[in-house]
Amino acid sequence: MKDARDERRPAGELEAAVMAALWAAGAPLTPGRVQAELGSGLARTTVATILTRLHEKGVVDRERQGRGYAYFPVQDAPGLTARRMHTELDRDTDRETVLARFVAQLSPGDEQHLRRLLEGDD
Amino acid sequence: MTALLLLPLILPFLAPTLGRRTLDRLVPATALWVLTASALALAGACVAALGALVLTGLLKLPAFAALGELVHPLRTPSDYFVLPAAMAATGVLTLSVWTLVRSAFRQTRAFRTARTQADRRPAAGDLCVIESPDPDAYALPGRPHRIVVTTAMLRSLGPAEREALFAHERAHNRAGHHYFLAAAELAAHCHPALRATRATIRFAAERAADEAAAELTGDRRLIATAIARAALAGASPSTRPDFAPAATTGPVPQRVAALLAPARTRPRTTRRTAFLLVACTVLSVAAGAAGVVHFHHEVEVAQGEEAP
Repeated sequence: MKDARDERRPAGELEAAVMAALWAAGAPLTPGRVQAELGSGLARTTVATILTRLHEKGVVDRERQGRGYAYFPVQDAPGLTARRMHTELDRDTDRETVLARFVAQLSPGDEQHLRRLLEGDD
Repeated sequence: MTALLLLPLILPFLAPTLGRRTLDRLVPATALWVLTASALALAGACVAALGALVLTGLLKLPAFAALGELVHPLRTPSDYFVLPAAMAATGVLTLSVWTLVRSAFRQTRAFRTARTQADRRPAAGDLCVIESPDPDAYALPGRPHRIVVTTAMLRSLGPAEREALFAHERAHNRAGHHYFLAAAELAAHCHPALRATRATIRFAAERAADEAAAELTGDRRLIATAIARAALAGASPSTRPDFAPAATTGPVPQRVAALLAPARTRPRTTRRTAFLLVACTVLSVAAGAAGVVHFHHEVEVAQGEEAP
């Protein structure tokens, strides 16, 4: 009964539930862990699909964990900066100087984070 | 006949008591409608009566009488009654308009801030998460509707309780409760007694959302514990606009108790007393309308267009 009801819920509500679980956890979660955290009748494949969709939207990020991925919410302030940075870069024709100047202004913490993001991407 | 204009000013003082009775005796969603419609009607009658009193006083002044093309003096009860009443009405109306405009301005600004804050963050479905150590959650009306929840709130609830919280906030958005709250706000600025009714309307909106969420999840106890826990976690002030329904407004213990109590079936006779508020409203509107119609007739007479 409960399984059927959970699977039939609108996609937006399922996304919200998964997102809430990720925020509440405060650490990257694998689809299996998210399913366990939700404690609902959602199938693991459904959870994985939702996570992929959220990742495509740029709402969550992921890192490799074992053979799969672990997902975590995009932190809002850095996420914002990243997006602003992107539009700034797209607007300016002289991409390289902008980039060079930008990197020079990074604090050690920012740099570390950039590296980790780059490593997580490939 | 000018005395009829006083009835819409006095009757709203009965509204708080009758309103609480209405909420107590009716299903919350129905009570919300009855309460809001009554509050608006009472407020409307009150403003109309005040307006008529102000005009009566103004037309007593020669300059305004000339402006109104009065050829005879306006027939009214003793000037000792009409002039102070008109002055008081002018003061009250001015004060009402001033507080209303100020409140509207503040609410709009708070709403815009909340909305831009929500729009700026990436949303998953209708959920918008704000990183904050203050537990808070609210339904944000607009296009599209959003549920705004802080990380502290998410972390203080279990998975099932989070779903209960979301169901509650979605119920607010689906039923358009922000319109009811805005109407209550408007009414509260028209008559001081309607401030207590505004509180009852807010409470009715929370109860209606609780019941809708309980029906959706099929678990009244779960909703009750979620509300209690959210309230305990979120005992801090927040900056949300007053008409965005929050998860923890209203007397929380009452809401929790109502959810834990078995669904009551009310006898027909007690349900009838719920409509005393409606009767009071109808009386007030009728008196106000009769008073205004009479005033209009007197003005026509004074203008020499109608026989006395």
